[in-house]
Amino acid sequence: MSTPAPTSDRLIIAGKDYGSRLLVGTGKYKDMDETARAIEASGAEIVTIAVRRTNIGQNSDEPNILDVLPPDRYTILPNTAGCYDVDTAVRTCRLARELLDGHNLVKLEVLGDEKTLFPDVMATLKAAEILVKDGFEVMVYTNDDPIVARELEAIGCVAVMPLAAPIGSGLGIRNPLNILTIVENAKVPILVDAGVGTASDAAEAMELGCDGVLMNTAIAAAKNPILMASAMRKAIEAGREAFLAGRMPAKRFASASSPIEGLFF
Amino acid sequence: MKIILNGAPREIADGMRVSELVEYLELLGQRFAIEVNAELVPRSRFAEHRLAVGDRVEIIQAVGGG
Repeated sequence: MSTPAPTSDRLIIAGKDYGSRLLVGTGKYKDMDETARAIEASGAEIVTIAVRRTNIGQNSDEPNILDVLPPDRYTILPNTAGCYDVDTAVRTCRLARELLDGHNLVKLEVLGDEKTLFPDVMATLKAAEILVKDGFEVMVYTNDDPIVARELEAIGCVAVMPLAAPIGSGLGIRNPLNILTIVENAKVPILVDAGVGTASDAAEAMELGCDGVLMNTAIAAAKNPILMASAMRKAIEAGREAFLAGRMPAKRFASASSPIEGLFF
Repeated sequence: MKIILNGAPREIADGMRVSELVEYLELLGQRFAIEVNAELVPRSRFAEHRLAVGDRVEIIQAVGGG
């Protein structure tokens, strides 16, 4: 009997394949050392970074994030976090591409509101269109709206990343049926991005059929980020295998596991 | 002449080129990218791009983020 070969189950994004389906952010860690150790423990191959002003004349000895996460080892995914309009998101992507020597994979997020950090979907659609035309490979953060997800795919985004819950909230998947609908409709990878709080949330996303999960705070804000990174790696793998295995149908009442036949009393 | 460098006013030599600004700020050897007046200036054009009075220069780098 042949056993399933998980090694052949690869995540393919923009023509490149990955063994890990966990993508991680690099914010909110205590220091660069903790960042590097948590990311190592997560097994992630794609890591997202932000783009900000250089600290001119100050802390010039401070290590740069790209020193601890070398681009020849990790696929660096620059994000547009903090952008609230089309123009700044597009500018940020162009700067990031220059920063990374022409690497054109980006995580687009255009936010609509500081309190919720929900995406501004109208601006996101516009920015995605501009970036795709400009040669970017766009992984796009969006709401858990199947219609918007379908539009973003039609525009040419290489992955669509609906939120599970607000960024940094740790509330878990608030609308699993929408995520399921998005997954069922899609021909590009669907990754849950934002809102995961603990390992079971990540497993749930994978059991729903998501191609991966992107998270940051769930690991960085854990009491022990390194241990949580390891837990998330396992949860992603367990959830993926459960999805591929196909779960049993849920039933309301019991169904004995031992045979009735041959009872001797 | 005065430019706006990463949001703050800064006095630099008249007609300074972007390549000279990079040297002046001791940024050589670091990973960064530059835009002037919201337009990206590719590294290949640092040596020819001359700054003008009031230019808004942004020098950015990668930082931790999600």
